[in-house]
Amino acid sequence: MKALLPTARNASVYTVVIGLAIVWVVFQLLNDNYLSARNLSNLLLQIAVLGTLAIGMVMVLVLGEIDLSVGAIAGVSAATLAILITQQGAPAWVAILAALGVGAAIGLLHGTIITAFGIPSFILTLAGLLVWQGVQLAVVGDGGQIPIRDEFVRAIASTYVTPAFGWVLAALVVLGAAAARVVGRRRRIRNGLAVQPVSNEVVAVAATAVFVGVVTWVLNSYFGVPWVFVLVLALMLGCSVLLGGTSFGRHMYAIGGNREAARRAGIRVKRTTIIVFVLISAIAALAGIIEASRQFSASNALGGGTLQLNAIAAAVIGGTSLFGGRGRIYHALLGALVVGSVQNGLDLLGQPAAIKNIATGVILVIAVVVDALGRRRRIARGATD
Amino acid sequence: MPTVTPETGGRAFEPGLRPTLELSKVTKRYGQVAALTDVDFSVSAGEVVALVGDNGAGKSTLVKAIAGTHRIDGGEIRVDGHPASISSPKDATALGIETVYQDLALCDNLDVTANLFLGRERRRAKSALLDSEGMESQAKAIIADLAAHLPTLDKPVSALSGGQRQAIAVSRAALWGSRVVLLDEPTAALGVAQTAMVYDLVRKLRDRGLAVVVISHNMADVFAVADRIVVLRLGRNAGEFDPKTARPDQVVAAITGSDAIGDVA
Repeated sequence: MKALLPTARNASVYTVVIGLAIVWVVFQLLNDNYLSARNLSNLLLQIAVLGTLAIGMVMVLVLGEIDLSVGAIAGVSAATLAILITQQGAPAWVAILAALGVGAAIGLLHGTIITAFGIPSFILTLAGLLVWQGVQLAVVGDGGQIPIRDEFVRAIASTYVTPAFGWVLAALVVLGAAAARVVGRRRRIRNGLAVQPVSNEVVAVAATAVFVGVVTWVLNSYFGVPWVFVLVLALMLGCSVLLGGTSFGRHMYAIGGNREAARRAGIRVKRTTIIVFVLISAIAALAGIIEASRQFSASNALGGGTLQLNAIAAAVIGGTSLFGGRGRIYHALLGALVVGSVQNGLDLLGQPAAIKNIATGVILVIAVVVDALGRRRRIARGATD
Repeated sequence: MPTVTPETGGRAFEPGLRPTLELSKVTKRYGQVAALTDVDFSVSAGEVVALVGDNGAGKSTLVKAIAGTHRIDGGEIRVDGHPASISSPKDATALGIETVYQDLALCDNLDVTANLFLGRERRRAKSALLDSEGMESQAKAIIADLAAHLPTLDKPVSALSGGQRQAIAVSRAALWGSRVVLLDEPTAALGVAQTAMVYDLVRKLRDRGLAVVVISHNMADVFAVADRIVVLRLGRNAGEFDPKTARPDQVVAAITGSDAIGDVA
């Protein structure tokens, strides 16, 4: 019963979903093609990189840290991938693992310096941005870009799941959601805890099924579910389980909420911080691989521009707090959808980049104000965060 | 109803045996400053001892020594009669000693259950996943056992009042402390009703067979809950009182070092 009512925790999610609905309705009124299957499919391809970066950003923000270097890490990793494939003739899987490894190593370096010297992550990753952008420029070299001809790498961001397999995946998602509910319910009963009426559970699963069905149907009526969307969803699922279902994730929230309390509770704050920076950097490397796949090359501009600022914006717009301790992985996808939807809509209307940046900035300000108001409300109630 | 004590084990309460926690001739120096000099202190199972003293009397230093945040320079700590070395908070918790800090050390963004199990989360068998349901059920049991007045356990604790937050911190100590619970100024920021609730919680801890130490400035606190009052002054023992027979002004005299009361030990 109470789980169906909006609580403080998910009220902000409704705000974001309503905001997204308004964006979609407005752009559809301005341009009939906006909500077409073709454009929605394009939208998902466009936000794959942004959404991936935002997933990592949610994780560092939950920890109470920030990473300004994810775009540059994506750029260096993409360059690594391209060099190994094109210049060294390495197989795709070797190059992909190496690119992810380069990202993880950069994160290890960042996390180690941040924890060893107690430097604010804001400053260290700002320095990292400069350093890794420089490395990217040097590695890519004078040509400005390194083409990638490997079929597998090119396929990552430009191929689609066949419609039939798309339905299989959709069915698996719904079955998984149902199974999770059944298991959770059984565990609550076994532990003598209150459970929701069965009807609520059925309605929730049915709603999931309808939602997943509609998304699959829309995408199948164009080319199908993009593989890269499946990849991003799988990453989201994995990170959600890590944050919400393991003690490691619990410790991340604890550190973001009250670092000193976490330390006194015996949580290894430094180790956790380092691991999170390794994770976000590896995720940034994955984003770099996806972007290289989209561009069929690694350029010296990959990951530059407003991309990583938009990743922070997406995480915060989706509902993750800049003050640490609050945020969910799905906020990344929600926020990336909002940012991507606005930019895609303005593109369709032929608006220049200037307008897109201004619009994204205004939405970010709104999201941050909502976050700050929520924080002020919590402090007024006596919280100390 | 599941049992509420964790693996550390709920012991049968046997009063009158040797003290659960015993400190003798404890000394602690910060550089040239002697924070504690030859301090003796003990607390037994099923007993509430109030540790009182003015600012700088050494109360906090003594608590930190017991809680493992500071190491003592001299003297001996015995737990259940056995010499114990407490050099980190982990050592203290391993000995069944829990501390409720004045700032409570709660994570406001986490719910009640998560705070009770902070850093000691339970996992499902053969899996890295949290046993959320098991933890919630255990949290419910301890809270019911202490009759702590808390609303739902799945709300972030930022939504709770000062007294409720204190109740969570005390419940956490009760959940994990198998021997000793230290409470640092537990009523400092509370109103009248909430203070009474904390007194109740302290008595329940005692009735569970724990040795309870309450650090306080507040004479009302001390006389309301303590079975014994230990006074520190300038880092030394400055008297011990039975609240049933002593008067508050005698204790205050011992705290301030006033000579008005001649018969202070």
